[in-house]
Amino acid sequence: MNRFIGFIKKEFYHILRDRRSLFILFGMPIVQVMLFGFAITNEINNVDIAILDHSKDVHTQEIINKIAASKYFSIKGFISHEDGIESTFKKGKIKAVLNFGKDFSKDLVTEKKVTVQILTDATDPNMANTISNYIGSILQNYQQELNQGLKLPYQIIPRTRMVFNPELKSVYMFVPGVMTIILMLVSAMMTSISITREKELGTMEILLVSPLNPFQVIVGKVVPYILLSIINAVAIILLSIFVFKMPVQGSLFLLGAESILFIVNALSLGILISTVATTQQAAMMTSLMGLMLPVILLSGFIFPISSMPMPLQFISNIIPAKWFIIIIKGIMLKGVGLAYVWKETLILIGMTLFFIGLSVKKYKIRLE
Amino acid sequence: MKNKENAIQVENLTKRFGDFTAVNNISFEVGKGEIFGFLGANGAGKTTAMKMLIGISKPSLGNAQVAGFNVLTEAEQIKRNIGYMSQRFSLYNDLTIKENIVFFGGIYGLSSADIKEKSQTMIHELGLHDMANSLVGSLPLGWKQKVAFSVALLHNPKIVFLDEPTGGVDPITRRQFWEMIYREANKGVTIFVTTHYMDEAEYCDRVSIMVAGKIEALDTPKHLKRQFQADSMNQVFLKLARNRE
Repeated sequence: MNRFIGFIKKEFYHILRDRRSLFILFGMPIVQVMLFGFAITNEINNVDIAILDHSKDVHTQEIINKIAASKYFSIKGFISHEDGIESTFKKGKIKAVLNFGKDFSKDLVTEKKVTVQILTDATDPNMANTISNYIGSILQNYQQELNQGLKLPYQIIPRTRMVFNPELKSVYMFVPGVMTIILMLVSAMMTSISITREKELGTMEILLVSPLNPFQVIVGKVVPYILLSIINAVAIILLSIFVFKMPVQGSLFLLGAESILFIVNALSLGILISTVATTQQAAMMTSLMGLMLPVILLSGFIFPISSMPMPLQFISNIIPAKWFIIIIKGIMLKGVGLAYVWKETLILIGMTLFFIGLSVKKYKIRLE
Repeated sequence: MKNKENAIQVENLTKRFGDFTAVNNISFEVGKGEIFGFLGANGAGKTTAMKMLIGISKPSLGNAQVAGFNVLTEAEQIKRNIGYMSQRFSLYNDLTIKENIVFFGGIYGLSSADIKEKSQTMIHELGLHDMANSLVGSLPLGWKQKVAFSVALLHNPKIVFLDEPTGGVDPITRRQFWEMIYREANKGVTIFVTTHYMDEAEYCDRVSIMVAGKIEALDTPKHLKRQFQADSMNQVFLKLARNRE
């Protein structure tokens, strides 16, 4: 046991003294979660807009109130003339202007049909597109309220007509995926690199000549990464709960247990890679190409599996990450228990045993 | 050597990788406390032969006893009784000298009190007081090799295997290194050393020269020089290699 603790201590020295691995271990998870959570998002929050109201009637006032009440926009000014629009945009703060024409109410009541102009600052095209969609949906919402119980409906026509999806909370979708990537990266790539590093430097030979048996060597190398991966998983879950207010519906215990299962799965893949690769570079490339790419592309994290061509759908079944994402999405977002994910769990366990068995076999061959 | 109890006894040891025979039916013995030079050109099969002796490679044919244990069946006991220093650097560069000592002492099952005592003696003998807490990576190569040799001796092995320990080291440090080897041999430790430097071959009690997987010559440096009518081991080596071509 003493021996073992000494070994793990040494492994931590390696990790803590190597800035690169420290960054991958602790910087990456945080950066990734923040990136996916904040930057790559389809949501908008408190966007500054201005109003140009030529009509100033009951209906425009109601629409303005509705917009002001939503958390997506805050009204930061009223413009009295078309000439003011350009200068407003030039200042850079205002991202959109809502332009109500003269006689808005009159047209609405008499013609049952009126248009509203939405001007958006298109220097950020994505943002502009999203803003006009949001405003459009608020207008539509208002129109529906007006039309309740009316035979001849009113129509307010905005420039865009895309349907607003209030369920589009991108961060909720990203967290399970990011967690999967991070755990794969830390567990599989880092262990395979750290084992091949010993091979490359020649110290593996020294360890094999020592009374430690190969099994102890591998376990000693893997244990620190199990601990670090668990810390990472906890950090990601805490970030998503406290920073992104993402509710974890299901049991935290089950979530933890499934995460550990996936960590062990990834570690066994890492060991398998290290039995094949002889250099750190090879280990890294194999991990990136063989593990990360499939995880990103085929696990259902970014591209829905159901819309893939059949052969790819078939291949996605052999990717452990696919099953893990199904499991944690179920637990985190739907709050399901083991009764609903036991199949996926069994598949993961089976894969893990297979990888461990295979690496034990491979590892022995290398020692002959 | 027959009257001595042998530290290493090799009988018809052979290693094949597919069609290629890396080590071809070699037999020799090494006496206790002997400094045995294991010479040969690159690719002659030295390292392969050595790996079979230290228990990390299984012989295809033949057998060997190391420290009284059989390489086929008792590899684990062999590992406890030998020290090994590899051609490539065998300490961790990102650990300090002290941490390396503690780590290697630990995996050989030494008690912490033992490790503490040994590391103090070692640091004292090598005159490394100022550097005990600096990273091994910051030491000059010669120093590293000296530390590595001492670390290989931590658990009092009966036999030490040195795989080109002085590669790339300056002549003065090489000299000091050999003094360390002599000191250990005098204590009764058997030294099995491979080297490229023919002047170092002269320091050995006996040398074997491997050519293409076979041992082509084995005797004391003095006898070998007489046998091949050469002035130096360098000439012996060249003559042997040429004969083969």
